[in-house]
Formats: sequence, C-alpha cells, structure tokens
Amino acid sequence: MAAFWAWFVAVGTIAFVIWCVWLISWASKQGPQNKQDEDLVGHKWDGDLEEWNNPAPKWWLYLYFITIAWAVGYMIVYPGIGAFDGVAGWSQQGQYEAEMQAAEARYEPIYARFAEMDFETLAKDPDANKLGKSLFAGYCTTCHGSDARGAAGYPNLTDNDWLWGKTEAAITTTIQQGRNSIMPNLSAALGGDAGIDNMVSYVQSLSGAVAADEAAMSAQPMFVALCSACHMADGSGNQLLGGPNLTDDVWLYGSSTDAIRTTIVQGRNGVMPAHGQLLGDKRTKILAAYVYSMSNAE
Amino acid sequence: MDTTATYNDTVVRQFTIMTVVWGIVGMLVGVLIAAQLMWPQLNFDLPFLTYSRLRPLHTNAVIFAFGGSALFATSYYVVQRTCHVRLAFNKLAAFTFWGWQAIIVLAAVTLPLGITQGKEYAELEWPIDLLIAVVWVAYAVVFFSTIGMRRIKHIYVANWFYGAFIITVAVLHIFNNLAVPVSLTKSYTIYTGVVDGMMQWWYGHNAVGFFLTAGFLGMMYYFVPKQAGRPVYSYRLSVVHFWSLIAVYMWAGPHHLHYTSLPDWAQTLGMVFSIVLLAPSWGGMINGIMTLSGAWHKLRSDPILKFMIVALSFYGMSTFEGPMMSIKTVNALSHYTEWTIGHVHSGALGWVAMMTIGSVYSLLPRLYNRDSMHSIKLIDAHFWTSTIGVVLYAVSMWVAGIGEGLMSRAVNADGTLTYAFIEILASKYPYYGMRLVGGLVFFSGMIIMAYNVWRTVSEKKPVPVAVMDPA
Repeated sequence: MAAFWAWFVAVGTIAFVIWCVWLISWASKQGPQNKQDEDLVGHKWDGDLEEWNNPAPKWWLYLYFITIAWAVGYMIVYPGIGAFDGVAGWSQQGQYEAEMQAAEARYEPIYARFAEMDFETLAKDPDANKLGKSLFAGYCTTCHGSDARGAAGYPNLTDNDWLWGKTEAAITTTIQQGRNSIMPNLSAALGGDAGIDNMVSYVQSLSGAVAADEAAMSAQPMFVALCSACHMADGSGNQLLGGPNLTDDVWLYGSSTDAIRTTIVQGRNGVMPAHGQLLGDKRTKILAAYVYSMSNAE
Repeated sequence: MDTTATYNDTVVRQFTIMTVVWGIVGMLVGVLIAAQLMWPQLNFDLPFLTYSRLRPLHTNAVIFAFGGSALFATSYYVVQRTCHVRLAFNKLAAFTFWGWQAIIVLAAVTLPLGITQGKEYAELEWPIDLLIAVVWVAYAVVFFSTIGMRRIKHIYVANWFYGAFIITVAVLHIFNNLAVPVSLTKSYTIYTGVVDGMMQWWYGHNAVGFFLTAGFLGMMYYFVPKQAGRPVYSYRLSVVHFWSLIAVYMWAGPHHLHYTSLPDWAQTLGMVFSIVLLAPSWGGMINGIMTLSGAWHKLRSDPILKFMIVALSFYGMSTFEGPMMSIKTVNALSHYTEWTIGHVHSGALGWVAMMTIGSVYSLLPRLYNRDSMHSIKLIDAHFWTSTIGVVLYAVSMWVAGIGEGLMSRAVNADGTLTYAFIEILASKYPYYGMRLVGGLVFFSGMIIMAYNVWRTVSEKKPVPVAVMDPA
C-alpha cells in the first residue's frame, strides 16, 4: 500500500473512533429521566408529534464504549490501522500456512504408510480404500456420483470399462492432469442427413445393437476415413487417445439413435479437471487405487 | 382550492398501493424459488424461470420495488406533515413515481432475460442504472426542496434518516455502477479484481444500512409515536444514534469478504466497525420500544402496534446477529451457508416488511378519508401470519445453515472431509421445506392485506387534506 493511502486509512480510522467516543461523552452528560409534560423538548410537529429528552440508557452507553474499546484493542493486535501490521504479527496467509503445516504434521504418518505400498496391494487394503472413498466423496462425487456410477457424459467408474486405460500410470495422469475428451462435430464431413443416418446405423451395428444392413455398411469407408484415428478401424477404441470403444455396450452419452446422432452432429467435449495441485502425490495414489479397486473388487 | 394549501397525497397514494402490489409480486417470486430449491424441475426447463434469473428478480422486487415504494410513499407523506408544507414540485414528484415504476418493470423484463451486471443487488444494466440515477436525483430535489420550504424551524428526526438514506443511496448507486457499456444490454465495470469486490460490498452492505435500515428508521420515527400517541422517548438518543449509525455503517462492507484476497487491514476494519455498529443500531430499537413503553395496553386492541413492536424486536435481533456474524471466527462457519439467508430474511421480513406493513395500515385510512382500515380483525390475522411465517423462515435457515457450516468443516481422523457436498445438500431438504411453508404463510398474510386494502380504498373517495399550520 502506498504511504499516502496507508496514512489516509490510518487517519480516517482514528478520526471515526474519536467521533464515536465524542458522541458517547456528549450523550453521557445529561439530566434525569423526564416523564412530565414540561420535560418535552418543546418541538411539535404535525399536531401531536413531540419528543422527550430522556438520557440514553447507561447500559447502552457502556455497551457502545466497550465495543469501541474492543475495536481499538483488536486493531492494536491485528493489522488494521493503515500499514501497521499489529503486534501479534498475524496475517491470513500466515494462518493458512500454519494450519496447513499442522495438518501435514498430523496426517503425514497415515499417508506415509500407504506411500510405501505397491498399487495392487493398496487397491486391496481396506484402510486405504476407506480413505480413498472419503477422498472420492470430497473430490469426485459432483460429477461421477455418490455411487461412482456416473451419469450421461460422466463415466461410470465401476464397470471395468476404461477410456484412458486401467494402469496406475493412466489413472494417476487422469486424476492429476485431467483429461479433455473431444469428439469433433462431423456433420459437414458426412454430407447431409442420409450420410449421418447411415453413420448412426453403422455405429449401432458395431456393438450388435442393430443388424449391419446395406445402408449401415455404406458408411463403413467413411468411418475408416473419419473415425478410425481415435476409435480404430474396427471401432474398438484407443486408450492412448481416450477414444471410446464402440463395440461394447458402454455408452458415455447414451445409446439411443438420437444420442448417437447428437454426438456425431454436434460433437462432444468431455472435461475431467486436473486435481494434482489439490491432492498431491500421496493422496492421488490412494485415490487412484480406490478407483481401480471399484472395477477390480474381489 | 389553492393547491399549495393542501398536501400532495396523490403521489403518496400511488406509491402506497404499489407497495402492496410489489410486495405480493416479490414475495410470490420468493415462494417460487424456495420451491425450486426443493423441486428444481419447477423451472420447467425454461431459461427465464430458472433459479439463477428469478433470484435477482426476487431480491430486486422486494428491496427496490416493495421496500422502495414504501420509502417513497412514507417519506413523501412524512416530510409534508412534519414540515407543514405541500410537497415541492408536483410534476417532479409524479415523475419519480412513474420513473420508479418504469425501472421496476424494466427490471422485471431484463432480469428473467438474463441481462445482468452480475453484481448482487446491482444487477440492472447501465441504461436502467442511468434512469435510476435520474429518478433518484429528482427524488432528492423534491425531498430536500420540501425540507427547505418547511414552516417549522426544527427538522423532525424521521427526516434526518430519510435524508441520509436518499443522499447515501445516490452515492452508492452511482459509484458501484460505473461501467463501460459495450452494447445496450451489456457493460463492464470499471473496477478490477478485488477492488470490484470491495466496491460491490461497500455498496451492498450500505444498501442494507441506508436503504433497509436508515430509510425504515425514518418510517419508524414517524409512525411509531403517531400510532402509539406518545412522544419520542429521547431526542438526545436519536441524535447520538443517528450520527453514529451513518458514520459507522460506511465501514462495515468488508465483512462480506473475510478470508478472501482483500487485504487483512480492510477485513479488520470491516469487522471491528461492524461490532461498533451494534450500539448505534440498538439506539433506534431502544428509542422505538421505549416510545411504545407506557402504551403497552394498546397492544391488546391495536394490531398495527403489534406489527411495529415485532418489527423493532426483529431489528434488534438482526442487528445483534449481524455484528456477531461479522466476527471472523463466526463468519468462517456462517459464510456461504443458509444462516446468511436466515439473517437477511429476519431483517427483510421481520424488520423491513413488518414495519412497512404496520405503517401502510396506519397510513392508508388517512390517505383515503377514513378513520381506520376496513377490518382490524384482518390486520390481526395478517400480524399472526407474518409473525409465524418469519419465525418459521428464520429458524429453519438457522438450523440448516449452522448444520451446513458444521458439516462442511467436519474432517475424519485421516484429514479427509466427512461429508460430500451432496450429503450436506440432502441434510438441508427438510429445512427447505420448512422455509417454504414459512414463506407461504407470510405470503398468505399479504393476500389478506390486499383484500383489506382493496376494501378500504374502494369505499370512499379521497379528499385533499389542508396543510396544517405549525403549532
């Protein structure tokens, strides 16, 4: 804060405190209780509006004074008067860091034990999974749901179907760095409604949902040209790119004709936000093992 | 008849009737969004019925349409009666009425369309903001010109509060809304980052302090002694708490930004001055309640006084609750929870709405040439619906909010959070239901009021009232 403004704030603060104290002292110099007509102030408005001049209640003046005394004391201890930082040396940044350090010291041993364990063992450890479940409740349920079964557009984490792979490395990357799953809009490339309809049928036929008739098969060359980069030529998907497997019965955005058509015509943009800074390595590992365990329970 | 020899009650009548109308509209929207929090499908998948667009419509409608119309009505009435002159500038006064109604209608159209500045209680876009500024300056000209023409030396205490409210709201509105327009419906604020946040809550908290507190204290200082038929308890107390209140409120805004990127010193000032604000706030409550003291027997027969005493009680309670919530350690629990919603509504329903309702019941018969409202029994019924409604509302939100705060900070032995967001949300459902019931009960009272007002105003023709000579 520039020196001028620091002084501006300090002088203003003190001036207002003095103003309040002056008002109290003015109000405390006053006469007795008045209850007689002659004690009225003597002004009269609108026929019958008058005023007594009773003293302000003592307890009220004390209350007022005590709050001011407390305010002054607080501003001596804590930062408040201009650039003066207060005698306690307190700052909210300092408080945050102290609380984080205390938490670190307290919880570190718990996490240290799990940090030693290998991933597969961790995924089977009941204590680790209990902790993982709590982490999941705090960070993941907003999108993936309390039961981790997801919703349209948010992957089900219990079905052993993996968009980006089921390895420790893949799950850790997903949690820490996040993922962007982009399906581009292909309406123009497919050249009109007939082309789109055929492609929808072809995609449905890949998982056996509909029979691969002539119309559907007519879209196969287009599928190989446009879709195979991510979904592979046979539609089995590519976990390196997060391209979903289209030959199974798992449908992130729905399996209806309308949903598939919307995916093709409008594209999709799935975002998993990065959680590395929030969680750190040790907690990420426990969470990743828990996520892994949900699809690989005994 | 010489027009300067009578009061201008036309504009007062217009604003008073619209107070009731906008109260019903604003609270109906409130009931709808309370229901949407329980059953989100009540937005019917229509963009203009979503919670995000109706919530600012609700707050703007109750604060600026309902509360604003009540403040215009009563300030125009009070300033004439206590200055013993006709309101200055008939046409300008009429302009403030039609201008303010136009602003409300524009708000009711633009907010559901999603046209917003995204600043709480200052959502309206720049063309409407300009109109507000023009109407508000006209309001100030009318009010202060009337004060200037007064035929009595002393300015009555109610006018100090109305005056402070009018001047400060002009300053708040203009500075918080400074923006660069990019189209008719879009602008960008000139403030950046945390400065924008600080400006917004300097505005936001003083909107509470001057619009919802000082203005309504003005209303209290006229209608409470009038209705009780007793002198104001202490002139000296009113002087001290007035000058304290307007000086200290200005500093309280930063308590909305505890533990954010706002510098520590600003957070401290916001907090300590919020604590200092307790006594100045209570000064108004003491003066109001002590004015009623000695007329307690009238509470048995006069439900209007009951409205006023309960309003003052809620005022005292929320002005205790506010400083408490501004303490950082309390705020760390209460902020971003339903407790804040409960606090706001014990102020808005308990204090602002009940003082307004009491004042309107006191005012209407005088405006329509009658001795009293059509039905005193219906006022009493309204009183009980309001009281039960606000208690249900406040209590449910306290419980929900404190539970929410405690659940949000609960941690397991391993340092992980005990509750997922969805579990905390689920825990609030019963209280959302209770709040909805409270809102419905309060709203039902407004329907009773509408009927009573209709019967009162439709039976006799209003007649001009001659300006009273000062005593």
